[in-house]
This record gives sequence, structure tokens and C-alpha cells, in this order.
Amino acid sequence: MATEALGWWGVPLGILAGTLRGSVPFLLVSLGECLTEKSGKINLGLEGTLLFGAMSAYAISYLSSGIVGPTLAPWLGVLAAGVAGMVLGSIHGWLSQQPRVNDVAVGIAMIIFGGGLANFFGKPFIQPQAPHLPTLPIGGWSDLAPVQSALQISPLFLLGVAIVPLMSWFFKSTRWGLYVRAVGDSPDAALAMGISIFWVRMASIVAGSFLAGIGGASLSLFYPGVWTERISSGQGLMAVALVIFARWRPWQCLWASLLFGGAQALGPAFQSVGIDSYYYLFNAAPYILTLVIMIITCSPKRTLAGAPGALGQDS
Amino acid sequence: MASTTAWRRFAQRPLRESLESIALPIGAVLAALVIFGVFCALAGANPLAVYGSIYKAAFGSWSAWQNTLIRASPLMLTALCTALPARLGLVIIGNEGALVVGGLAAVLVGLGLGGTLPGGLVLLAMALGSLVAGGLWIMAAGALRHYRGVNETISSLLLNYIAIALMNHLVQGPLRDPAFVSKPSSYEIDPSAWLGTLPDTRVHWGLIYGLVASALAYILIQRTTFGFAARTAGGNVRAARIAGLPVGKLTLAVCFLAGSCAGLAGMVEVAAVQKRLNESIVSNYGYAGILVAFVARHNPLATVLVSVLLGGILAAGGILQRSHNLPDATVLVFQGIVFLCVLYSESLYGRFAFFQEREVEAEGAVVAG
Amino acid sequence: MSDRNRAFGFSRRQVVRGLLASSAFGLTAKFGTGCAQSPSTGGDAAADGAAPEELVVGFIYVGPKDDYGYNQAHAEGAAAMVANVPGIRLVEEANVPETTAVAETMRSMIEIDGAKVLFPTSFGYFDPHILNMAKEFPDVQFLHAGGLYQEGVHPNNVGSYFGYIDEAQYVAGVVAGRMSKSGKLGFVAAKPIPQVLRNVNSFTLGARSVNPAATTQVIFTGEWAEPVKEAEATNSMADQGIEVITCHVDSPKVVIETAEKRGVYTSGYHADQSSLAPKGYLTGAEWDWSSIYTKLGQDFMAGKTLMAGDIPHILRGGLADNFCKLSPYGPAVTDEAKADGDAAAAGIKSGDLVIYKGPLKTNTGDEVLPADKEMKTNNVELEKMDYFVEGVIGSVS
Repeated sequence: MATEALGWWGVPLGILAGTLRGSVPFLLVSLGECLTEKSGKINLGLEGTLLFGAMSAYAISYLSSGIVGPTLAPWLGVLAAGVAGMVLGSIHGWLSQQPRVNDVAVGIAMIIFGGGLANFFGKPFIQPQAPHLPTLPIGGWSDLAPVQSALQISPLFLLGVAIVPLMSWFFKSTRWGLYVRAVGDSPDAALAMGISIFWVRMASIVAGSFLAGIGGASLSLFYPGVWTERISSGQGLMAVALVIFARWRPWQCLWASLLFGGAQALGPAFQSVGIDSYYYLFNAAPYILTLVIMIITCSPKRTLAGAPGALGQDS
Repeated sequence: MASTTAWRRFAQRPLRESLESIALPIGAVLAALVIFGVFCALAGANPLAVYGSIYKAAFGSWSAWQNTLIRASPLMLTALCTALPARLGLVIIGNEGALVVGGLAAVLVGLGLGGTLPGGLVLLAMALGSLVAGGLWIMAAGALRHYRGVNETISSLLLNYIAIALMNHLVQGPLRDPAFVSKPSSYEIDPSAWLGTLPDTRVHWGLIYGLVASALAYILIQRTTFGFAARTAGGNVRAARIAGLPVGKLTLAVCFLAGSCAGLAGMVEVAAVQKRLNESIVSNYGYAGILVAFVARHNPLATVLVSVLLGGILAAGGILQRSHNLPDATVLVFQGIVFLCVLYSESLYGRFAFFQEREVEAEGAVVAG
Repeated sequence: MSDRNRAFGFSRRQVVRGLLASSAFGLTAKFGTGCAQSPSTGGDAAADGAAPEELVVGFIYVGPKDDYGYNQAHAEGAAAMVANVPGIRLVEEANVPETTAVAETMRSMIEIDGAKVLFPTSFGYFDPHILNMAKEFPDVQFLHAGGLYQEGVHPNNVGSYFGYIDEAQYVAGVVAGRMSKSGKLGFVAAKPIPQVLRNVNSFTLGARSVNPAATTQVIFTGEWAEPVKEAEATNSMADQGIEVITCHVDSPKVVIETAEKRGVYTSGYHADQSSLAPKGYLTGAEWDWSSIYTKLGQDFMAGKTLMAGDIPHILRGGLADNFCKLSPYGPAVTDEAKADGDAAAAGIKSGDLVIYKGPLKTNTGDEVLPADKEMKTNNVELEKMDYFVEGVIGSVS
């Protein structure tokens, strides 16, 4: 079982691997939130959706593996996670569009509600092993086991990457994309165009929650590949924040997610090569890095560049 | 538009309006209890017995009330960290981080001065330290917003993680008390600088801090020119600038006050509960405070009531596990349902003819409605 | 494993339900008296209750009680106590943070449920929360996992029980040292507290007893439960060619599964995780709380108390006293490694083998013990450990 030591090469490799594994939930949640926010509503509750999705995926994959076999079961799990996300999303979509109801407040309540449901129903699934999603080994060219392992790509990662240009194209070039942007930017104009603001927002929120639910499936069925109550530990909330960082652009969501996923691996990778002090600060690297980049790239003149006009307004 | 009609209604008919604003939240909580009861019944517990237990554990006796108030007091302070900037139109969620740096400052001051000065003075210095540290922490988010255009929601969220990492780093290294073995912690502050409990209770002075801070915040926002200026700027920044209001200074000042409230909560946690600094100070008071602020619609008096409600729910969490064999996550589900219902009830203002007519003054119909 | 739990869960639920139904009125009555009773009059309550019909025992956990790790080990022990000792009613509360929340939970268990014995199981509950409550309720016994009790300093109704699980880690280290060709071992740790450091050191000393060149790389995740960091730590160790990985975090499942995927041997912690790694699981250090909790339960029912002195204030034990045990060897373990492991376990049980024996140095070169000195397992100095021994790669701060 011996593998060869990589030494200092372990750090860039760890970051690369972390980028490919750790970025998937960030990517899917931030894309989902990007779609949601483009329609003019914020869904902070995706942290709860992520948890509920992770639990649903794991539970369904475990329960169905006896019936449909271990190849199909995790895919059923992914589907279940998406549907679970849609259920929570439709609650958020309906409630946050009631008069005088604030979407941020509903989102925070949904974090608690979604997380509570996930933990409540998830108790029996902490211990058993559910079949995981398969991965694509694209590192076969290398003799080094660490390289092969780092280049295990999840199909959900590919799905996320494929959605990026699609979503970009959707917003720019399709009629439905125009509807979403119109509803998000100037609801009055959208109303004049005869678009149902309620249903466009509802659809955007539900679709966004579907993606976030699948992000949860990537946590429990790909990496780290377990269901525990601490599985997300704030990743959903952070992914929502990354959308602002990414200025509501799908491509930038991708870069932000990769940056964040990679930076997560810094602390452990540094310790493994002997830099063993300051690991709390290394573990905080993704947050510090994001803040520094924002301070550098923002300017007071274009605070809201790219921000949907109706964001943060009560309906 | 809705708000101006609400205002007119309020000005003209205060009695009926206030009746509505009491009945709707109560109705929402009752509706939440019904939904939660169904949930419990599905989970195999008797809803009526569950209600009885919740009441008994949260509000059923003086002892239960103390339990509720102990849990509510940090929330009153952390809620202000979101509620005050919200008046300026800022969404600050850095409550947890401000609480942690407040606790950190309090411990540094307490360790530096403890034993050398009378306890009361040390406590005062600790409180000042936590006010300044927490205030500067959130003011940084406000300043980044004003001078660099950095979104305050994301920067304050990031600052949470940074504050917690800084605290963990310090209690594991420079501040660590090697004799305290159960978790990496700072040294203990001198017993003379511990914050005690209110006479004849087990509720610590943090409750008074929370009540006083909330009252002051209410007066500041609703009854002073400063508060008026902040509310104006929050309503329309451009108009405020044209009117000559110093938006930048207002942003910094409000953010400072907001952060200092959460910082004070950190000081209370250190001086009254833990007596030293360690990871236990990170226990979700900050995030819960955000929810409290939003549910209370950023009204500093309503935050007190919502804090007590949440405190009661948290106090009842244990009995659900112990007496009804429900999993520990049940209290989260309950909390989620209550707050979703309360938020929904906001949309019902003005929908009941009942509250628009002078003759009828009973309360029951809202529940039925 | 899962079947066993389910069986426990079922019986526990039945017991609780049954008792609840039969004593609904009793509960309310107790609640009334619990409130009226001032703490100072509590002292003679134990004397009055000469023939208690049931004894209420409260267990408090810091995380979910089915985490497949630290908390579950305690919860299974509690379930065993109820199953083995008639007359005990169990009340449990999980996910209780180490703040005023745990103080309120203890109070509520005492006042509302009438608990006379409490087991707040998290290490961090002790100071200040257990100490405060123990002063206020002198007739209630507080038993805490961890050797923190100090005679004369802490209240008389507080007791510590502590398992020397590092003895099991030493044996696991012996097996790991034999199974690794290069001698490179890894340890995923949460926080550098003495208990964790002791496990790392004992594991390393075990490995070095059979392979003096063995080293243990430590990675701290900084949190007791942080699955993504644990998986990253395991992966970076595998990248560095580490051959055996063990851990001290609340739920070892992520570490064990990730290591198995990477084709690296693992050694478990807290509970038997062999089913998670059918190829690479070597052995593991497990708690065995059932025996100690059953023993304590019998003592309580026999009327023994900490206050009267017939339950010792410090209960400590290792492999010999069934406080901990080793997972059965996995299929990969060679006969040679098994023989060495068994020999080490036998030596520890008989007391012939002392883990901390001079000459012993820290990994920064300071002397821990000169050549002629040793520290036996029950030496309290070991519970204040703030160093890594030679052979550990890592730093405690």
C-alpha cells in the first residue's frame, strides 16, 4: 500500500485537488443563488437547503441501493436532493414574496428550518455507508498515486462547469433569461411587458434551490462523502456571499468557487509538509483572501455594478 | 406606499393598530404551535403533552422564566448589531465576529487589570474595551462599504470567520493557560472582575445590559435627530446627500454602535459565564441575533420581545428530548416553524376587517382567521 | 453495529415511554417540590429516600448522540446501564453547548426530572459549569468523563472517571509500526489538548517500540467536527506517502473512509469502524463505557454515593479495567504484527509494560524523563501533557 512521498509538491497538488473536490458545493450553490438573485430575491436559506440536500441524497442512495443497485442509487440520491431543494425553495419563493415579508429574514429562518429537518430525519443515516457517486479518473497518465487521486473528477463538478456557460448564455440571449433579468432589474417594466413577477421569481428560486440541493448531494455522495450534521459548516452561507463577490456573473461564480475550494486545502497541506504553526490563520485563508480581493477590486463608484435593481427591496 | 398608509393608520387609530400588532404575532405563534403539533404527532409524540412541556420549561415557573431570560439576554445585544445598521439600509451579519472580538478585548483588559484595581473599575474597563473592539470591528465593514464600496453583508460575514480564527489562534498560543486542560483557553480573569447575578436570581447582569442597550437604541433611533438622520439616509441615500446629511459619518457611527452592542455581549459571556476566553464563546448567539433583528423588523424594543420568545424556545429544547424522546433537532424545526409563521404574519396587516372597525375589540377572531 | 444500536435505541425508548406513562403525576409532583426546595435544604433528601422506586440519571452530550464517535460511545454506555441495572430511569439531552445552556440543562434535569445523578460527558463542561452546579446542588452527584477532579479543591459531590485510552493507542501504534514499511504514520487531531497529545504520543511510542525509525505526522483541523478539513488532512497525508492514519476527532468516519479510498491503512478511534474500511482497517482504540457505567449504576442502586465516599472520586482505568479496548484485527494485519500487538496489550494489562519510560525526549529536544525514571499510566503528570515526544512531526501550538 506504499505510496511515494511528494514533499513540497504536495502543497500545489493539495490545492489543485482541493479545488476540484472542495469547490463543487460552492459552485452549485453560488450558481443557484446567482439565478435566484438575478430575479431580484435573495435566498440565504441555501445553507439549510445544502444540508437537507446532503441528507436526502445520502438517505435515498442508502435506502435505494438494495432495490436499484449501487450504480443507480447515488443518482437517485442526487435527484432526491434536487427535489428536496425544490420543496424548500418553493416555501421560500412563496413566503418571501408576500407583502412586507423580508427575503433575508425568511432565508435565515429557512436555514434553521432546513437544517432542523435534515438533522431530524438524518439520524438513522449517520452510521451506514451509502454508495457514492462514481468519479472520472483523468489522472491515468501519471504513475503517481497522489496525482491520480487528485484528478478524480466528480460528474457533479462537470455539471456545474457546464452550467456556467449555459447560464451565461441563458441570461444574455434567451427570452426567459430576459424575463428573469427584467423582473430582477425593474419589476415595473416587467409588469408592463406582461410578465408574472411572482411566477418568474418562484421559478428562479425553485431552480436555484434545485442546484443547491444537488450541491448538498456532492457533499454527502462525493466529497467528503458522509452524512453528518456538521457536513456543511457554513459552506452554503459562504457560497451565497460569493455571488455578491462574483457580481452576479456565472463565470465569476466559477472562479470564486475554485478559489475558495482551493484555499480550503491550504491549512492541512501546509501542516503536512511541516509548517505547523498558525494553522487557524491558514484555515481562515479563504476568508482573508476573499476580503482582500474585494477590497482591491471594489470601488465606491461601482458598488452595485451588476446588481439586480430590485435586490433588497420589499415586494 | 404601504408604509405611509400604515403610518396614517397608526397616527389616527393607535388603539386598533396596536391591538393588531399584538394579535397577529400571537396568532402566528399559535399557528406555529398547531403546525408543530402535527409534526410531533407524526413523529409519535402527543402534541398536547408537548405543549404542556414547552410551557412548563420556558414560562411555567419563575425558575423556567430565569432559564428563558438567561438565554435571551445575549440575543438582545447581538440583535442590535443587525437592527441598527438596518435603519441605514445596511445588512450586517457580522454579529458573531463582533461578539468574539468583544470577548477577546474584555479578556485582554481583564487579565491586564484584574486584581490591581477594584473589581467594579475592572469590569467597567472590560466593558469599554469590548464596546470599542466590537464597534471598530463592525465599523470596519461600514468603512469598507463607504470608502471602497465593498458589500457590507459579505465583508461582515468574512470578518466573523476571521475573528473566530484570530481568537482560536490566540487562546492556543500567546494567551493560553497551560493548566486549563479541557480546551485551549486563556488564563482566568480575577474573581473580583466577575460579573455577578441579579439579586435572588441566577440571571446575570447581562440581562440589564441588554435591556438598557435596547432602550437606548430605541430612543436614539426614534427620538433623536441622529436617529432621524439615519432613518432618512436609510430611506434614500441620494436624497440624504442632497439634504446635506453626512452619510459617511452616519454609516461609521451607526456601525460602531451596532458592533459595540455585540461586543458587549462578548464581554458578558466572558465576565459572567466562562470567566476566560475559549471556543465556547462561539455559540451561535450572533447568528441567532440576526434572525431576532429581522423578525423584530429592526425595532429595538421588539427585539427584546423576540429575544425572550427565542430564549423560551431554546429553554424548551431540552424537555422535548428528555420527556418526549424527540431528537435534538426537533427544537430547530420548532424554531424554524415559529419564525416562518411570524414572518408570514407580517403580510396580514390590514387584511382583517376586524382590526379596521372601531366597535369590535375582541381578539379571538384572528386565530380563527 | 447498526443493528446493535437499533436494539439499544428500541429498548431505551420502551423503558422511557413506559415509565413516563406510569409516572405522569409523579413527575408533576416532583416538579413542584423541585421548585419549592431551596438548595440548602437539599442535603437530607438523600437520607429520606431510603427506598427509592426509581433513580433518575441524566446524560448530557455536546453533539448528536448518534455521531458514530465520542457521543455515541457514551450514549451506548448509558443505554447499557439502563438495560443492565433495573430501577434506573435515563434522561438524555444532546447537542448542548458548553455555555449557560449546559448549566440550565443540568438544573432542569434536577428540578423537572428529579435527576439525582448527572453525567455531563463533554470534557469542556467541567469548569465552570459542573463545578457551579455541584456547589448549588450538594445532594446530586456529578460524574464527569476526564480526570479533572482535584481532592480538596472541587466539591465533594463531583467525581471523575477517565479511561486510559492511550494504552489502546499504544497497542494500535505497535500494529501500525509493524504494518508500515517506511514507518511513516499519520494522526488527524482536532485540538492540542493534553488528552489528544497523549494519544498521539502513545501511538508514536508504540510504533517506535517495534520500529525505532517510525514517525507520526500530526495535522490539527482546529475543530472537533469539521468533515471537509478532516478529509483534506487525510488526503494530504496520503499524498506524503503516509501508510497508516489514525485520528482523534469526534466522528472518525470521514478519516477512515477517505484513507480507505486512498489505499492507506487506518486505525480507528472511539468505536469499531472496521466495516468502513474492510481492506485497510488494522485495529482501533475503542471506549468501553458499558462496563463502567453498569458498575456505577449498580453502586447507585446499592445506595453508594460520592459524598459518603463509597464511590471513589476518581475512577481511572485502562485496558486491564475494561475502560477501553481494541478493535479486532483487520484482515490485512500480519501474524507478526498481531503477535506484537497482543504482547504489548498483555504487557500493559499486567503492568509490566510502562509506556512513558526514560530516556524520553520531546520532539524539540527537551528531556521528559531521564534514563532511570518512568511515569506509570496513572501518573497525573501525564494528564497535563503539553509536548510531543520524539518521533512526532508537528507542533503543539
